[in-house]
Amino acid sequence: MPSVAMTVNGKAASGEVETRTLLVHFLRENLRLTGTHVGCDTSQCGACVVHVNGKAVKSCTMLAVQAEGAQVTTIEGLAKDGTLHPVQAAFKEHHGLQCGFCTPGMIMTAVDMIRRIPNLDEKTIRSELEGNLCRCTGYQNIVKAIDAASKEMKGAHA
Amino acid sequence: MTAPVIGASIRRKEDHRFITGQGRYTDDINRHGQTHAYFVRSPHAHAKLRGVDTSAARAAKGVVGVLTGADLAADKLGGLICGWMITSKDGTPMKAGAHPALAVDTVRYVGDHIAIVIAETYGQAKDAAELVKVEYEELPPVVDPAKAQSDATQVHAEAPRNTIYQWEIGNKPETEAAFAKAAQIVKLDLTNNRLIPNAMEPRACVGEYDDATSGYTLYVTSQNPHVARLVMSAFIGIAPEHKLRVVAPDVGGGFGSKIFIYAEEVVCTWASKKVRRPVKWTAERSESFLSDAHGRDHVTHAELALDADAKMLGLRVKTIANLGAYMSTFSSSVPTYLYGTLLSGQYDLSAIYAEVDAVYTNTAPVDAYRGAGRPEATYVIERIVEEAARQLKLDPVAFRRKNFVRKFPHQTPVIMNYDAGDYDASLDAALKLADYAGFPARKAAAKAQGKLRGLGFSTYIEACGLAPSAAVGSLGAGVGLWESAEVRVTPTGGVEVFTGAHSHGQGHETTFAQVVAGRLGIPMENVEIIHGDTNSVQFGMGTYGSRAAVGLTAVSRALDKIEAKAKKIAAHVLEASAADIVFENGEFKVAGTDRKLAFHEVALNAYVAHKFPTSEIEPGLKESVFHDPTNFTFPAGTHICEVEIDPDTGVTTIVSFTAVDDFGNVINPMIVEGQVQGGIAQGIGQALLEHGVYDKDSGQLITGSYMDYTMPRADDLPSYKLGFTVTPCPSNPLGMKGCGEAGAIASPAAVMNAVTDALGVKEFNMPATPSRVWAAIHRTRAAAE
Repeated sequence: MPSVAMTVNGKAASGEVETRTLLVHFLRENLRLTGTHVGCDTSQCGACVVHVNGKAVKSCTMLAVQAEGAQVTTIEGLAKDGTLHPVQAAFKEHHGLQCGFCTPGMIMTAVDMIRRIPNLDEKTIRSELEGNLCRCTGYQNIVKAIDAASKEMKGAHA
Repeated sequence: MTAPVIGASIRRKEDHRFITGQGRYTDDINRHGQTHAYFVRSPHAHAKLRGVDTSAARAAKGVVGVLTGADLAADKLGGLICGWMITSKDGTPMKAGAHPALAVDTVRYVGDHIAIVIAETYGQAKDAAELVKVEYEELPPVVDPAKAQSDATQVHAEAPRNTIYQWEIGNKPETEAAFAKAAQIVKLDLTNNRLIPNAMEPRACVGEYDDATSGYTLYVTSQNPHVARLVMSAFIGIAPEHKLRVVAPDVGGGFGSKIFIYAEEVVCTWASKKVRRPVKWTAERSESFLSDAHGRDHVTHAELALDADAKMLGLRVKTIANLGAYMSTFSSSVPTYLYGTLLSGQYDLSAIYAEVDAVYTNTAPVDAYRGAGRPEATYVIERIVEEAARQLKLDPVAFRRKNFVRKFPHQTPVIMNYDAGDYDASLDAALKLADYAGFPARKAAAKAQGKLRGLGFSTYIEACGLAPSAAVGSLGAGVGLWESAEVRVTPTGGVEVFTGAHSHGQGHETTFAQVVAGRLGIPMENVEIIHGDTNSVQFGMGTYGSRAAVGLTAVSRALDKIEAKAKKIAAHVLEASAADIVFENGEFKVAGTDRKLAFHEVALNAYVAHKFPTSEIEPGLKESVFHDPTNFTFPAGTHICEVEIDPDTGVTTIVSFTAVDDFGNVINPMIVEGQVQGGIAQGIGQALLEHGVYDKDSGQLITGSYMDYTMPRADDLPSYKLGFTVTPCPSNPLGMKGCGEAGAIASPAAVMNAVTDALGVKEFNMPATPSRVWAAIHRTRAAAE
């Protein structure tokens, strides 16, 4: 089995994997980072979104060996020194989650969305969420949370 | 004096673990020595099993064991059961075929379970499953419920004409009399499309046998772990109840689909003793589509009788309900007592007669999905009421108001006794929020731009709580539907609440804590809500049917007992008469004095037990309650949907969706609004997008992935306008009614009434996809030309 090495949440991580092992399974099984979820088998639901070299990626659509040498951030690595990322805080404040299963993927997608698009509005946020499914919330409060986090982060950088 | 806790939008206690990736779902659990399972499933909708050869799979790399239906039978394990007995109108009991957890001689739907392959890794198990050689003798499948009773194919020999039961409710002679004197009869044919629940967390389980204690532990994605334990012990016979622990940890949504006891969890638990290692299985989404219990799938003909003054006289309904290839755990109750009993809607209807034929087909089992029977009932009554208003050329609001129930309690002809409500109040509030008065102008403006606008109502009622145990027992339920609560106060004044109500997104850890904190005057963080483990909670019926109000009432009543005992202890400590002790703001006070004890001081005294006679008062502070409700609760309200259709593309856009609901008193408005939003999203999904489709000839599931089954995405949905009206529920002390399903119950009828209004057609079945809408527009145009 090939070995793979990458940096996950700022720490060196390595392991033996089958060549067919997906990044999400490497994270969940080898590293026991179970915050990243698997919700489908067709790359449709987005529960597995992580950041690879700063960009949102569906970790079910990437082989672990493809992430060799990459900087990977998962939901577990988003809060810094016990302080929630503004997107995490906004999901709580605006009740953007119910069962919590899609939440890590939603939050990682939202962080990337806010980074890429400076002036988000409801329509854009809904459109940008096309790769993430939620069955609980009807999306309304997820949209609200992302909008609020986006405005707050912009204010902080202004 | 602190701000009130009950009724406040307090942010959720459970959120921290979910937003930081620390939730603990079943697939996150890994046991020492764990193996991984993959199920061999039938690729055919209907076939005889001529042979299952597992030898090559057994020899494959990493394989620990391969087990089949023959192994299950050899161990004399019982089959899966349906827990609600329905009696046909001729007095005969329902005709159920056997439901083995692994097929023995016949497979009856695509995805039916044939064998479990257990290996060191999941990949090895999946690879080896391809080496299991199954010889099939294909049989023709029956797929269409409307044709099941006349089809030559028999799904189960026990059920001739594929008919499980022919059930009736209401009063036939009175209903016939009402139709005989009617000035007008409105008729409507409706289908309620098959839905696939699709909680985002796929079903999963880990079964583990411990030789040291000869006990099993099952970690499972369940909404009701105690019921799973009861069924697996008493009926399937895996282990005595006290030797089987069932844990439902964080569960990623259920919507009904995780109520049921499924083959996989039974087989993995049993297999863990066979291979002497923990066995883990997690569904791939494709397996969820194939083998989770589906929802709805009704074909209905309805007729409404009216007098010359547009007063409703009677309703008659004939429904064929598709229960799929096997009867799932509560399947029989859904198209009967959860459906027929709600057909009166919000209307004063003195005569109702409904007949329901439940049929087998070669499709996945159908059981309760969010709303379970009540969305189907609401769809029938609200679609035919809207159609009647159109045929009578009456404003749909005025027509409804003419027929509303206004005196409570109100006995319907279909069992239910509505205890409280104000249907005009929620209608009035919704009309205002939706700007109904402005609709003609908006419709005209849309028309000027070549667009079709339509508006539809759904003034719904539903029933929650699932009611007194004796009442449901008399209707065939195999279980009682009470709920338990145990409140343990720790010596330092912390409170642990053990509830049988399971939380899988509803936020019980917050709302239950609000009730405790509000009542005892202690901080929310001093309250811990414990659920989902049969080793912690003695027994409970779980969460479904918007029944957490039953669990909350149990908690509330346990707190009554805690307060009563604490007052006695406080009286001794304060050297006063118990009758003089008052409890307010978390303090026990001697009335008219400044002598008092804080809650935590009384707790400490209860455990130290120095200052009261233990011959009269036992040490400690712990109380439990098994609460059996005295009635269903009856949430009701008005949903209004406004759509705009582009006739060139057939695309339906929801331009406005308004919901005003009466859930009685609300513990946490933020959480309740979230429940409504999610429910409406599922209802809009049903009306516009979702449809579980089987190929009529082959019985293959055509909508077997997220590529094919259109779950609503964020850009398919609008933001909703929500409001509440309140008539407190008289049958529980907190005045709550239940809010989890109303959105999914009410909204499909509102959407389809709007779509048919825009299109100017009478009959149009869900889902209103662009291609079907476009085709309807062109059929109408062709007919006009």
